[in-house]
Amino acid sequence: MTVGTKLSFDKAYIEQFSKDRNEPDWMREIRLDAIERAETLEMPKPDKTTIRNWNFTDFNHDYKTGDAVSNIKDLPEVLQEYFDAEKAPENLIIQRNHSVAYQALSDDLKEKGVIFTDLFTAVREHGDLVKKYFMTEDGVSVDEHKLTALHAALVNGGVFLYIPENVQIDTPIQTIFWQEDAEITLVNHVLIVADKNSSLTYVENYISHNDENETVANVISEVYALDGAKIAYGAVDNFAAATTTYVNRRGIAGRDATIDWALGQMNDGNTISDNTTRLVGDNSTSQAKAVSVGRGNQTQNFTTTLHHYGKHTDGFILQRGVMTEASTAIFNAIGKIEHGGTKSNSEQESRVLMLSERARGDANPILLIDEDDVTAGHAASVGRVDPVQMYYLKSRGIPEEEARRLLIHGFLDPVVSQLPIESVKEQLKQVIERKVN
Amino acid sequence: MAGSVLEIKNLHVSIEDTEILKGVDLTIKGGEFHAVMGPNGTGKSTLASAIMGHPLYEITEGSVTLNGEDVLEMEVDERARAGLFLAMQYPSEVSGVTTSDFLRSAINAHREEGDEIPLMEFIKELDEALDLLEIDKSMATRYLNEGFSGGEKKRNEILQLLMLKPEIAILDEIDSGLDIDALKIVAKAINKMRDDKFGTLIITHYQRLLNYIEPDFVHVMMQGRIVKSGGPELAKRLEAEGYEWIKEELGIEDETVGQNA
Ligand SMILES: Nc1ncnc2c1ncn2[C@@H]1O[C@H](COP(=O)(O)OP(=O)(O)OP(=O)(O)O)[C@@H](O)[C@H]1O
Ligand SMILES: [Mg+2]
Repeated sequence: MTVGTKLSFDKAYIEQFSKDRNEPDWMREIRLDAIERAETLEMPKPDKTTIRNWNFTDFNHDYKTGDAVSNIKDLPEVLQEYFDAEKAPENLIIQRNHSVAYQALSDDLKEKGVIFTDLFTAVREHGDLVKKYFMTEDGVSVDEHKLTALHAALVNGGVFLYIPENVQIDTPIQTIFWQEDAEITLVNHVLIVADKNSSLTYVENYISHNDENETVANVISEVYALDGAKIAYGAVDNFAAATTTYVNRRGIAGRDATIDWALGQMNDGNTISDNTTRLVGDNSTSQAKAVSVGRGNQTQNFTTTLHHYGKHTDGFILQRGVMTEASTAIFNAIGKIEHGGTKSNSEQESRVLMLSERARGDANPILLIDEDDVTAGHAASVGRVDPVQMYYLKSRGIPEEEARRLLIHGFLDPVVSQLPIESVKEQLKQVIERKVN
Repeated sequence: MAGSVLEIKNLHVSIEDTEILKGVDLTIKGGEFHAVMGPNGTGKSTLASAIMGHPLYEITEGSVTLNGEDVLEMEVDERARAGLFLAMQYPSEVSGVTTSDFLRSAINAHREEGDEIPLMEFIKELDEALDLLEIDKSMATRYLNEGFSGGEKKRNEILQLLMLKPEIAILDEIDSGLDIDALKIVAKAINKMRDDKFGTLIITHYQRLLNYIEPDFVHVMMQGRIVKSGGPELAKRLEAEGYEWIKEELGIEDETVGQNA
């Protein structure tokens, strides 16, 4: 059931929404232009999944704040497992509904010029930087399709992270986007710019609890690694069953830059996920790793794309999916090498483990190569738990259930183990545990 | 108290409707070291797999008991917890599960709930076993058998044997793929386990292993049966003369399982 106060969004509404946030004119103009385009643009067309009957456009967009806390320990119990409160994470933003509930950035990073703030503040205080990178042709452009345009028009949350030239950050930077109220909608934007020769690790969680109340999440990340920069990006998505999710994470890598992804895609509702990395600069690299567990009746479509433009670029896609109950998922892996991307290498591996007769899963390897002097390879499989492996584990005394558990976690481990924050990794393991049992 | 007794009586085993074992009788008691030899394809691994409960092997006749309890009625994991162990000729590769995590799960499966092995104690035992087997410590954090060399897999099987301390162990060609130094190391580890609570059945093609691990009994398998049994001298004669004389003695022309005497 969708009962919203506003089911359609006109220019007057957007104008007012932007004014209420004290946004500069340029941002308001992006929004107004976008809503106009959204009217006529088509929906995205994920390969092999029909989304005609999915609701991405009709929702309650009201801006809703959540209570802020000054001590991280005062946050509700449900959030405590996502961070290590005892260690007081140095660099963390917790967004509660649409507003910031908790925020920390170490003095050291502040002194080095690192900017880590919610998107609305960034738009006001770091307008030049945000404007340069927010939804441009280089990243996710407004007019890719109806949902990117709607996103630009209606963005109501998110963060901006800027790492200046040559700044290397060892401790991870963490965000938690917590949709506390069941009926709201997250149109969330994460914008990360790692300037030349900088490096960082970023980890985010999306959490909601609306098992009944239907809503929408429209999430976009734009991640820029300028020349020589290195970004490790981890995420765990955990939107509840009644959320229909569109999530688009886009990387743009300059010369000698690296963007590595480790995505735990644990939504319980219908989901379209697009993770595309553009290897623009020569010698840029990306490892795009993602895991998913499907359950219930949900339908999901995961498309991971590595788009090679530069010379000597190197990319690897790893997708692992576990399908339970009557869930359905398509895993598309696309390695695309443009003409001129000489000596590039595009590898991919997609594997789906079926745990139920009623589940459906498909791994779809795609190589699109427009250059002779390159290397590429793919592997894809859809299979069931191997009885001989089970026999081996059980022959050491491990009971059936535990053996199955070990094999499932093992199957997902190549991605789970990449998550750089221990509490997030543990939390993801618990989610996996819940979902496969 | 003396050790366990594994009793195999008139065991017939089929795989995909082809009978492979045609009546095997064998009793292994705690304290006894048995060796089973025999040409390729005569049913040695089939015997080992059937005792452990491999899903592809079907028991059509006969019995296997451990201390009088029906092993064939038990699930594979129950057999292990009852005290059986099989070092496999071809161990599975288990991606994503580290040797160390796997071993800890296996050890805890042998213990009561709430009495899990303390982490420090586990690490200490693991370190000692790795040292004894001269295995590089990094193996513990690698995924189980994934990308291991033939010899590394065999050593890992023995590592599991040392950690799980079964009462009856079947070792299926643990010497294949081991270099001469590794063979001595593995033999030393197995000899260390020798006491009246530990019995083993060692499947091998080579006297070499038996030079280091002296068996009490030697059995020869052909055509899915034990066709001859004796002491250590039998293995030495096989090494020197091959199987031809046994075949002549018994009037066997083709020793593989498809044939009957
Ligand atoms: N899956 C199978 N399908 C059909 N026949 C099989 C299968 N597995 C084993 N066999 C046959 O069973 C017979 C006995 O095999 P087994 O592995 O027990 O021999 P073995 O004595 O251990 O040989 P080796 O010394 O070479 O290890 C062989 O003829 C083999 O081909
Ligand atoms: Mg064999």
